[in-house]
Amino acid sequence: MVVQSAAEAISYPAVGAELDVEGVSHAFDIDGAVLPVLDNVNLSIAPGEFVALLGPSGCGKSTLLRLVAGLEKPRSGSLREDEVRISGPHPSRVVVFQDPTLFPWRSVWGNVALGLEAQGILKAQRHRVDAVIELVGLSSFRNAYPHQLSGGMAQRVALARALVNDPKILVLDEPLGKLDSLTRIAMQAELVALWQRKGFTTLLVTHDVEEALVLANRVIVLSDRPARIKADIAVARPYPRHRGDPYLAELRKQILGLLGLEATW
Amino acid sequence: MSTYSVSDTTAAAAPRAAVTFANLSGSYGVGLAASLVWLAFGVSCLYWPDVGDWSRTSSLGIGAIVIAAFVLFGTFSADYLGNAGQALRKRAPWLVAFGAFVTLWEVATAKFAWLPLPFFPPPQSILEVYTDDLPKLLDSVFASIKLQLGGYIIGATVGFITGVSIGWSQKIGYWVHPVLRFIGPLPATAWLPIAFFTFPSSWSASTFLIALATGFPVTVLTWSGVASVSRAYYDVARTLGAKPSFLVLKVAIPAALPHVFVGLFMGLGSSFAVLVVAEMIGVKAGLGWYLQWAQGWAAYANMYAALIVMSLLCSGAITLLFRTRDRLLVWQKGVVKW
Ligand SMILES: Nc1ncnc2c1ncn2[C@@H]1O[C@H](COP(=O)(O)OP(=O)(O)O)[C@@H](O)[C@H]1O
Ligand SMILES: [Mg+2]
Repeated sequence: MVVQSAAEAISYPAVGAELDVEGVSHAFDIDGAVLPVLDNVNLSIAPGEFVALLGPSGCGKSTLLRLVAGLEKPRSGSLREDEVRISGPHPSRVVVFQDPTLFPWRSVWGNVALGLEAQGILKAQRHRVDAVIELVGLSSFRNAYPHQLSGGMAQRVALARALVNDPKILVLDEPLGKLDSLTRIAMQAELVALWQRKGFTTLLVTHDVEEALVLANRVIVLSDRPARIKADIAVARPYPRHRGDPYLAELRKQILGLLGLEATW
Repeated sequence: MSTYSVSDTTAAAAPRAAVTFANLSGSYGVGLAASLVWLAFGVSCLYWPDVGDWSRTSSLGIGAIVIAAFVLFGTFSADYLGNAGQALRKRAPWLVAFGAFVTLWEVATAKFAWLPLPFFPPPQSILEVYTDDLPKLLDSVFASIKLQLGGYIIGATVGFITGVSIGWSQKIGYWVHPVLRFIGPLPATAWLPIAFFTFPSSWSASTFLIALATGFPVTVLTWSGVASVSRAYYDVARTLGAKPSFLVLKVAIPAALPHVFVGLFMGLGSSFAVLVVAEMIGVKAGLGWYLQWAQGWAAYANMYAALIVMSLLCSGAITLLFRTRDRLLVWQKGVVKW
């Protein structure tokens, strides 16, 4: 058996894009009052890196992801993909939301085809849809409608819908948060396999410390709202990782401490 | 082992006996009863003399007996008739009830005149209308369908486009919304007097009114459907590279479609009302006009005959709309069956 060194594990393929978040602050107006959500967030993610964001609920994680996706513009600061300023949504940065948000009026195939159809390239690229449905193991459900799927299957379709665009940055907002623990563990393994195979840059929000440690090269811990970066922790461990790994257990303890939960350890 | 086989044989024998018994008292029994009731209807037509002068009494009686024979045949060969046999079996209780109703109607009108006569015509006089006044009735049916279809299609199309526009664009909504609030709730029939002298023909005036009655509910429900589409769908589509036209055509409209169909149903209902009134007052054609004409001549049988046709047409239109909806909205679960 070949023991991978940490250095080997962090050598990335070149498909992914670099993501820079520079001095980003954001706020919402609620009933005339200003609610600051992000406070001077600085983050630089290398191409092909897998970064997990951890933080208390409501601190602004999803907001940061919406800024990365280009769905909203920051009040100040800037975000760049491969040194190009992000000014709007683009299929090179695809988001998988916590709810699969499949279009109920489209079959599995139709949902996965959405991105190619929206970009007007579906006719020539139908095989990509078939291939990615195969990849997530849903070939026999291609004609099913979303209401006929289980939670895990729906989330797989949402993942396929993102992957069919060959994104350079995959943005995942608690995509496994609502799944049962067995499906979750299985899909974590699938996610790592996909990431290693495709080499996209991954930004994952999760509320599960263990999930972050099993999946990511780097874990960013955010403060309470307005979110600031509290810690930036490298997880120098090869894949596949083991949940019982004492190195990860030590990191877990440290992160729970940062989140103010050391008593639960 | 042996106990099992014993209980197996009894268990296998028992249901077979139960099936035959159930057939006699259940499905066969009801079919038999239906046949008897229709026979009774036929005999009641032929046996007693009519109190009035109707030419179709014997045809009706013979027809009823033919129906009774068909029901009898269908009941006992239902197992070999496939879907038709099953359909007959399912409807047998209704055949009993309906047969009993027409028998009672026949006896109470044509035979003993328990109900006052010119106002409650017997079944044979309605049959007489269908055979002897068929050309005029058919002309009326076609005129009604033409008027209704034209007005409904125009109203539904305009309502749909208006609804999507104001649901999508706040600027368009700003201008259309007050107009809609001012004009929409007004019953379309209130426009009748004005419409009939401002439009070049009573036909175009009626088309306009039917379109108006259809358009309002379609507009409002399409609008609310488009406005209530979850922002999450747009977010997903936008991150996948969708342009505004894609968001309207492939996200907003399909998501709003269930609401649109509610509007189409409501529009259909209110446009029927306008159709009949418009035909009675202005257009000299159609079933509404036929009703009016029959009333003028105190031809009560013609009124009932026209009413029955009208009901079948309205019901058929609604069935058609339901079918269309079921086809377009297969992705919905638990849709209402009409
Ligand atoms: N569109 C919005 N308008 C107003 N407030 C918002 C909006 N989106 C999020 N917020 C607020 O911003 C804060 C952070 O939200 P979010 O980024 O979703 O947190 P989380 O870290 O749990 O993902 C919350 O307090 C939320 O109420
Ligand atoms: Mg969130």
